[in-house]
Order: sequence, then C-alpha cells, then structure tokens
Amino acid sequence: MKKLINLTINDKEYEVAVEPNQTLTDVIRYDIGLTGTKKGCETGDCGSCTVIMDGKPVNSCLVLAMQAAGRNITTIEGLETEDGLDPVQEAFVEKGAVQCGFCTSGMILSAKTLLDRNPNPNEAEIRSAISGNLCRCTGYQKIVEAVESVNK
Amino acid sequence: MKKDFSIVGKSVPRNDGKAKATGTATYTDDIKLPGMLHGKILRSPFPHARILNIDTSRAASLPGVKCVITGEDTPKIKYGNWRLFPDTQDEYPLAIDKVRFIGDEVAAVAAVDADTAEEALELIKVDYEELPGIFDIDSAIKEGAPVLHDYCPGNISVNRKIHYGDIEKAFAESDYVREDVFNVHAVSPAYLEPCAAVAQCDLDGRITLWTSTQVPYIVQCLLASTMGMRENDVRVIKPFVGGGFGGKMELRTWEFCAAFIAKKTGRPVKFTMTREEEFLAGRRRHAMKLYSKVGFKKDGTLTGKDLRIYLDGGGYNAMGPTATFLCGTFGAMLYRYPNYRFWGQHVYTNKPPASAMRGFGAPQSLFATESQMNIAAEELGIDPIELRIKNAQVTGDEIPDVATISSCGFIEALQKAAEMSGWKEKRYSPKPGQGIGIGCYSFISGGVFNWFNTQFPFSAAEVRVFDDGTAHLLTMAADIGQGCDTVLKQILAEELGLKMEDIRITSADTSTTPQADLGAWGSRLTMMNGNAVLDAAKKIKAQLFGAVSARQNLNVIHELGCKDGMVFPKSRPDRGIPFGEAVAMAQKANRGEPLVERGYYTPRDKGLVTPAFSFGAQISEVEVDKDTGVVRVKKFWTAHDCGTVINQMAVEGQLEGSIQMGLGYALSEQFVMEDGKTLNTNFLDYKMPNAMDVPPSEVAHIETYEPEGPMGAKEAGEGLAIPTAPAIADAVHHATGYRCKDLPITPEKILAGKKD
Repeated sequence: MKKLINLTINDKEYEVAVEPNQTLTDVIRYDIGLTGTKKGCETGDCGSCTVIMDGKPVNSCLVLAMQAAGRNITTIEGLETEDGLDPVQEAFVEKGAVQCGFCTSGMILSAKTLLDRNPNPNEAEIRSAISGNLCRCTGYQKIVEAVESVNK
Repeated sequence: MKKDFSIVGKSVPRNDGKAKATGTATYTDDIKLPGMLHGKILRSPFPHARILNIDTSRAASLPGVKCVITGEDTPKIKYGNWRLFPDTQDEYPLAIDKVRFIGDEVAAVAAVDADTAEEALELIKVDYEELPGIFDIDSAIKEGAPVLHDYCPGNISVNRKIHYGDIEKAFAESDYVREDVFNVHAVSPAYLEPCAAVAQCDLDGRITLWTSTQVPYIVQCLLASTMGMRENDVRVIKPFVGGGFGGKMELRTWEFCAAFIAKKTGRPVKFTMTREEEFLAGRRRHAMKLYSKVGFKKDGTLTGKDLRIYLDGGGYNAMGPTATFLCGTFGAMLYRYPNYRFWGQHVYTNKPPASAMRGFGAPQSLFATESQMNIAAEELGIDPIELRIKNAQVTGDEIPDVATISSCGFIEALQKAAEMSGWKEKRYSPKPGQGIGIGCYSFISGGVFNWFNTQFPFSAAEVRVFDDGTAHLLTMAADIGQGCDTVLKQILAEELGLKMEDIRITSADTSTTPQADLGAWGSRLTMMNGNAVLDAAKKIKAQLFGAVSARQNLNVIHELGCKDGMVFPKSRPDRGIPFGEAVAMAQKANRGEPLVERGYYTPRDKGLVTPAFSFGAQISEVEVDKDTGVVRVKKFWTAHDCGTVINQMAVEGQLEGSIQMGLGYALSEQFVMEDGKTLNTNFLDYKMPNAMDVPPSEVAHIETYEPEGPMGAKEAGEGLAIPTAPAIADAVHHATGYRCKDLPITPEKILAGKKD
C-alpha cells in the first residue's frame, strides 16, 4: 500500500507515493530520476549509493524512503551551484580521482562530509572517511590526493 | 626515436570527469524508456542436473507479467567468442536440457516492475534430475568422471602446446633443476557496476541494445547470431560503463533475453543484475594448477622451462581458450629460456565459468614464474634482482611461436625498482617481522590472433575536420573507465595540432562508429585504436597539406606540420594559416566535400600473440604480525615500461588500481565454495581492499619508444595487475620463511608455515 511522503532533496521538495519497503536509493533513482546515486550492492557494503542525510553520509540502500521523510538530503546532483562545481568535484576531476565513475558520487559525498567538519584532514582521516566506499579502479590513491588538495 | 609532444605525455584530465563527478553520466541502469518492462532471470540451484520439464504457466498468469521464456522458446543457437573454432562455442543463452553450475540461467521473466518479475520466478516449476558434480581439476580429469558436455568426454575442452629447443637435454645439462606445483585461486573482477542491459525493438524489427559491455562489436555479432538475425539489424550502444576488467567481454544471457523479449512483446526491456548474482554466477579469473620445472647453470643462466597448466574453467569455455593460450605465452616471457615446453589444458567443472580478467592468464602463470625465480635465487645464492638481470629479455629478442620483442625496458626497470626501494639494505639487513620482495611482469598490447574471426580491421577510426578549427573523432573503442576516449583524443589532438576541447568524440555505437573495434580487452586500445586514429589523422593532414601547399605555392622541399591550431611549413612557421582555414581550402578544392578520413589498424606479420610487450618490476615491503600472521603491506615501488606515456595521470591510475586488485588477489579476495556453491556473495564477505588497506606506492616510468605503437606507446592497463601477488609472497617469505605456493596468502597458512 503506497503512502504519500515529502522528501527534501537538494533543497527541493518532492511529494512521492512510496511502498513501505522501498529504499531511499530506489525512490531517488527511479521515482525522482536523480540517477547520479548509484546502486552497487544494495546491502550497504559498497557505498555507491551514499547520500548526505542531515549532514551525515548514509548508504541510501539501507534507508527506507519513509524514514527519510522530513530529513534533509543531498545527492551528487545537489553539489554544483551557479558558480560551478563544488571544490571536491573539481579536485576529483583535476587530480584523476575518477575512472569508471561508478563509485564517484558516493566517494565525493563521503569526502565532502569529512571536509565540512574537518577542513584539513590528514591522510589517515581521509582513508578512514572513505573506507565505506569501495572503488575497483583507482586504488584510492588519487582520491586521497584529491581530497587532500581541496583546502590547500 | 622520441619526439617533443604538446599534449601527449601530459596529465590531461578525463574527457568525462565532469559528467561523472556531477552524477550526470548515464549508465545502463539509469536508462528509462516509456513502457519499459523489467526482467529477472531464473537460475539453477544445482551444480549439475538434467532439465526434465519446465512449467511456466503459473508465472505467466501472474498479473503484471508480460513474458516468460525458457530455452525452448529461443532459436537454440550456441555462442562463444571463439567463432574461429565453432566447437568451442558451448553456451546457449538459456539452458537447453542441462544445467552445469549453480546460477546457470534457465528462464527469464519480464514484468511491469522488478518485484513482480521476481515474484514470478518463484512460480516457475522446473523438474531437475540431479547429476553428480565435479568441483576440482583432479576429479574432472579422472577416468570415469561425470561428463559436463557430451562433445567433450574427458572434460578437457582446449589443449595448447608450445615447444622449442630440447627441454630434456637442457635439464640433463643443468647444474640445478627446480620443480614446484603452484595453485592459484579464482577471484572476481568485482567491477562496481553490476551488469545491465536495455533493449528496444523498432517497427521494422531491428534491435537497439544499451549494455554495460567492453565489447559492443562482439555483442552485436553474437546477439544477431543467437537471435537468428542479420548483424546489421542489431545496434549495440555502450553507455558509461562502471568497470569491466574482463568480466564484460562476452555476449551474456540478459543481453539476449532483453532483446528477445523486446522483440516478442514490442516493449523495451531492462535487466539489471544484483551483486549477489554477480558473485554467485558472474565470470571470474581462472583458478589454475601449475607444474613448473626450471633449470639453471651454476652461474644462474637459465637453461629451460617445462610448464604444465590445468585451468579450472567452470561450466563453459567463455574466454578460457584465450587464457589457455596466454598462460603458455607468458610462461616464456620475461626471461630468456633457450628451451621451453608448455602444455595447457582447459578443464570443465561444475562451477561458474571462469573467463577473462585483467592479466588474462598472466597473473597465474607469472605468479609461478616469479615465485620460482625467487626460490631459485635463494638456492643458487644469487640476489633475485641480479638473477633476473642476468636472464632478462631485451629489445630484439625472439621467442619462437610467440613474438619478437620490439622494445624492452625490463633491465632498467629492475635497476630502478631496486634503487627506489633501497632493496640492498632492506633485503640484506631486514628488521624483525619485516620483509621485502620482488615480482615482475610482461604483458601484451592487444592480441593478434583472430579468434573472433572478424572480416573487419581490428580497430578503426573516423576523423572529420571542420572549418571552425574543430574535429570529430568516431570510434567503436569502448571506454569502460580506463580512459581510452581521453587517450584517443590526445593522440588526435597531438597529431592535428589541436586542443582537447576542439575535439568531439562519439564512441562505441555499432551503427554509427566505423567498423570495427574488437573491444576493450588484452590492453589493446591505446596500441590498436591509437594507431587507427593516427592513420586517419595522417590522411587528413595529407589532404590539408596538399591544399595549403598549393595555395602558398610552396617549394616542393618544404615539409608541413600542424601545431597550436595552425598549419605551416616547418622551416617557415611564421607562414602558417589557421587549421580551420586550411580545412576550408581543402574542401573548396574538392567541390565542397566534407573532409572525412578513416584510419585502420590490424597487426600483420607480428607473430600470433601481440605487436608489443610491456615490462616492469615491482617491489613490496611488508610487516607480518608474528602472533596473528596478519600481513600489512607498507609500500610498493614500481618501475614499468609502457613505451611512451600518453597520459601520465591515467597511467598512474592504472598502476594504483592494479595494486588494489593485486593486493586483494594476494591476501584477501577469494570465493568460498562448497559443492559448487559460492557462499560469499556480497562485499562484506568477499574481501576487496578498501582505502585503509591499500598502502602508498611510488612509480617510475621507464620510457622506451615502441616502434609499432602510436607515438611509441604500448600497454599499461593490465600488466601492472601481475607483479603484486608474487612480490608480496616473496616479501612474506623474507619476513617469515613461509613460501606461499597456493594463493591467497592467509594468516593461517603463514602461522602454519613460518620459520622462526
């Protein structure tokens, strides 16, 4: 039985009818159409579906859409402004931190939440902050370098 | 022969970086078409069974279900990548009569949504007669073993032999002969994007398929043949792809089912695999059993090698024939073996099919080679790096039946890696619990052997240039994350003297990009498609130069060039004209015809393997906890020769990614199997290294100039996945005295085998 809920995503209000068992990932991707949030495992292990919920990075595949009602959600599409890319996005592009791109959205959002609370993290803090986001292409090195470069 | 380059050799950011960093890059599962159905696949719960009957009636009558198919509904045409040898094509899109592994595809459902399709799967009733299964090489090749495929009574589907020199005589004349057995395990490519396909059928019955693939051309051809259609009636488009590493280089069941059901229902159909399906039934790297015997003279000179390899192929051939060929090829690489004998056999077992995976036979074969070199060095009392340098292949070496090495920086790489890592001190004055070890690699820059039996060039490119000073590059090459779109643009920009932003690229659409390109595998695209792009660019230049030369009334002795957006006589750069003006001139001289050229590359007279080999050496430093046996890798140093580096940052990215994969292969990744069932079907239990597991690494590019490569380049994408496991194994031995001959290196094995 579907239920109407209100979601705040990237500062926009969405009214969506969702099933009780629908994950936030599926609603964001298939109902709202923001497909930058990726689905790599659906079990909370890979981090591809990471979104920022009330300032914290969460695996949106482990959040039911109904639980997200009334919360403040940021997806990868919410980072770019009229002034251009978010500095984290910019760093990922310039430093070669992107390869296949499938982990990139989640990786950037995890890095962004880290930088929001700790503008100058050391390497260990960066590695820890992105340890829930798996990447098979980059070996993480250029991702770490990109995050390190943001507030330099 | 080195050149000064403007764009080649630089760290140029990826073409698609912004699209990916903003979430706007569209992958297959992101595609949504009006009226689209969602498909799910029913898989076999048994490793080996006969299908007696399938009843789909209840599933078909579930509200919301639009189509249910089994093998009986299909044209029943077998497929496989080795079209040159139809006997090797052993797979049906959906099982006919028999299933051969847990996860083998039996039926497919398409419904209005994925949940309904999933529910319908449970309503399909399949009557199986269970058959005895075989789960390892030894049981499969035993006399009287159950037979997987009727055509192949001994379960050995591919035999490959290489033999040169006199191996028995070589061993008889050796001062030291060493024989070992190595066992290497299967691992998952574990690309982050699960496979997906979306198919649409137009009113004329033609199919368009968007699919997460490394090989649009191969999928086009094999989809057409299994559907009983003409190749040109199938269009395959590769959207953005979230990694492949070899696991997406064949036609797969869901691609067929999406197309078949789209044609049947007239509605678009999407199939997306779950991670569980990927781990349970997805392609994997071959487990192998390797018997290796090598001989040396007292002074360390190699006399010969006898290599026998059994490949655990799983239920179908997949890319196993290539792996069988290549593990023998790589057995003869790196060092000068005056005598060499190889016999490889590909064995069917009731497990998910093994196939291509980064390194394609080399990580296994060279794990044995490199481990044995380290053992021999120890027993001969020679430093492992010295022993390698003494026997190292060099430019100009010929390997019978394999290739001629046209560029080789192996010795320089060994020297550089030793220097960077502080090898001498760390190896000979180690700290307790710490060790340092070495592993090396060589790899192919694409394959020469035409197993797909294509009539087309192996690579093709079309270049269009315009009077506004821009160019459009069209190629079927598949960028799956490795970055070939960017590298090919760099090559074109360099050759035409344009900027990256002047070039638009259209790639990997089989109906609009020039035929053909064999795909992203065997580390072939920089070499092969790069050469095709260069060929097209040179033809464009010839046309431009003719027009400019005529217009400027140049003396015949003047050579022209393209640089910084200008076309100019090289001896009089001040007399240049803008590129776009030159294009307009050439067009006007030719009745206004657009300036379009096609370039091609197919290696010829380059042996049967590859036009060029990469080389490199890697050193790793580890610390092993003496109580728990846990290995912590502290650092890697890599020196590698990929010819001219086209994109510094991209090459480093390949290396760093390879280290992650090699680290997992060495220490943590494995399939836990029980009677053919994969038990660890998620990322929590399949332990792929995360950001905290991967140590820092240093790299040195040993630049050589490969005469066959575009601007001197050769491969960098796969070879680097090879040296990490043997380097770690050697370092663990150095630290603990435990010599690993059966991967992965686990704490249990170290504690049982360490020498205090």
